[in-house]
Amino acid sequence: MVRLIGALAGIVFVVALLVAALMPRDSTPPDTTHLFHKEPEPLHLASDGPFGRFDRQQLQRGFQVYKEVCSACHSLDHVAIRSLEDIGFSGPEVKALAKTFTVPSIDPKTGEPSTRPGVPSDHFPSPYPNETAARAANNNALPPDLSLIVKAREGGAAYIHSLLTGFQNPPANLPEDKRPPEGLHYNPYFANLNIAMPPPLTTDGQVTYADGTKATVDQMSRDVSAFLVWTAEPKLENRHRTGIAVVIFLIIASALAYMSYRNIWADKKH
Amino acid sequence: MSFPWAEHYEPKHPVMRWVDQRLPLPRLVYNAVGAGYPVPRNLNYFWNFGVLAGFALVLQIVTGVILAMHYAANTGVAFNSVEHIMRDVNSGWLLRYAHANGASFFFIVVYLHIFRGLFYGSYKPPREVVWMLGLVIFLLMMATAFMGYVLPWGQMSFWGATVITNLFSAIPVVGDTIVHWLLGGFSVDNAALNRFFSLHFLLPFVIAGVVILHIWSLHIPGSSNPTGVEVKGPQDTLPFHPYYTAKDGFGLGVFLVCFALVVFFAPNYLGHADNYIKANALSTPAHIVPEWYFWPFYAILRAFTINFLWIPAKLWGVMAMFAAILLLFFLPWLDRSPVRSGSYRPVFKQFFWLLVVDVLVLGWCGGAPAAEPYVRISQFAAAYYFAHFLIILPLVSKLEKPLPLPNSISESVLHGEAEEAAPIGTASPSVQPSA
Repeated sequence: MVRLIGALAGIVFVVALLVAALMPRDSTPPDTTHLFHKEPEPLHLASDGPFGRFDRQQLQRGFQVYKEVCSACHSLDHVAIRSLEDIGFSGPEVKALAKTFTVPSIDPKTGEPSTRPGVPSDHFPSPYPNETAARAANNNALPPDLSLIVKAREGGAAYIHSLLTGFQNPPANLPEDKRPPEGLHYNPYFANLNIAMPPPLTTDGQVTYADGTKATVDQMSRDVSAFLVWTAEPKLENRHRTGIAVVIFLIIASALAYMSYRNIWADKKH
Repeated sequence: MSFPWAEHYEPKHPVMRWVDQRLPLPRLVYNAVGAGYPVPRNLNYFWNFGVLAGFALVLQIVTGVILAMHYAANTGVAFNSVEHIMRDVNSGWLLRYAHANGASFFFIVVYLHIFRGLFYGSYKPPREVVWMLGLVIFLLMMATAFMGYVLPWGQMSFWGATVITNLFSAIPVVGDTIVHWLLGGFSVDNAALNRFFSLHFLLPFVIAGVVILHIWSLHIPGSSNPTGVEVKGPQDTLPFHPYYTAKDGFGLGVFLVCFALVVFFAPNYLGHADNYIKANALSTPAHIVPEWYFWPFYAILRAFTINFLWIPAKLWGVMAMFAAILLLFFLPWLDRSPVRSGSYRPVFKQFFWLLVVDVLVLGWCGGAPAAEPYVRISQFAAAYYFAHFLIILPLVSKLEKPLPLPNSISESVLHGEAEEAAPIGTASPSVQPSA
């Protein structure tokens, strides 16, 4: 009985699926986006690979690019200013840096909304008071928070670097419906080719690095990509260091477990 | 419980004797996973995965309970509280990555455990209840994993939950009412997040309870084995401890090495980038996909694209997705071949490997966007899935001529042993080797 009912149910499912499979498909006009879309170029950072460590000089340069360029529109909500000590700033330096930020506050006398200088325990302040203000200032586009951007995009840091350096004029053979409308910018690394963000890094020397590194557009883009790897995964070094120790320990433990297994089973055929 | 030659618990220490007389817990453990449980001596490495699944459950409960101390189930702060765990909680990143990838590894070992059972006929009499309790665990795991994935409140959390809970709206007449009741509102929102957290905390302990029943019912007939021939005497078995504790210890080591490599060096490889974007009800991701371990079932759900026999495609998909798992409950009665092990079933064996490929293809389609050619491939693959269990398996078990079985486990293990061990020409083939 079970087999009979089962066979009937099976036949119904199989017929339903085969009829659906053999149905002709509606021909959808081919989407030409993929002809122009480009995958990110490879980007090599010191933090790559199981032994990867952050290049702190580079992170500090990237922080400078974020602070002087990106932070005009993009927030960094999840990152506390105090955590800048992890990328090589000293305690007093972080304190001084924190003071340069203005954070929302409440006036202790009147209770009215006001502002105060930042302290290290603050998170990076947002450039806009709310989403509506952000959209109003950006042609109705919302600049995403950058704290997790490297983990929130396929391709990670390589995608960020390619996107930042990938702005170009639309190719001549780009169909009319793919051309950037007013206020958008052509970038083949962006999913639908036209991005609301204007090219942020345009000229060499846009920032002046304290360590003397030449601030080419490519260098600034690499540095800020490396910095955003850190903001997305600040515990990456702990993870790598712990991981090496754990894997070595587990391999030794497994080898010992294997020897003990062979030893216990030595006189038992199986 | 189990065989007459099983060793009996003899407390060695007076304290243990005192405890054992008042609460025979040491005896229970001894009989369950100690020297008191005789196990077939010929188990291969595929019999490691039950223990590994048990370990994964404990790992999930331990990491999960600690994560729950730092997590806040509220749509306003859930996403931020996960980032707080990643950045500010001591070793919080390790707990979260171990828990998120632990779910994946739990499913990996459980899938291997299930396919082990499918190949070696572990669902056949007298172990039908063991098999069905295992399927109950599998269903509970799926519910738990689904609700757990909603908790970080990222884009995939939100949209995955929206898609899956909306499946219930396919039920005729009462569908929408059921969805509103499940969600506690008209869409996935704070009420849903809160109840998912509550249930996500509860269900693992329900799973632990069913695991106890699963092991209890297993210990009545004892473990199956690769030959599928039942245990006939003491020469066929070895005590669980130390023989299988030692073997499982090695298996656990290998499992942990693989697990550590992913947790420490590719912790986001099995996840989806969109879940690092906070849930936004106004922005739908381009491709909504569940976690990889649901992909085969997701492919079956999406394979039904036409309204067939006046039933809407969506309802077909939902029925088929649930049927894909529920039909496994009837497997002991669908496959009536008296031979358990696939090793002795030449025709079954070929269909088995076809099924493995089929499920992998379904998984690949389930992770791909709902476009051609994936939809058509998943339709053929889903058709084979149902045909395999509901049509082919009953026919094969009737028509197939199995290979001759060994007389006993010990004979299959020790065949020609005397020949190999003895100097040339001195061994007598008539001597029965003993364990």
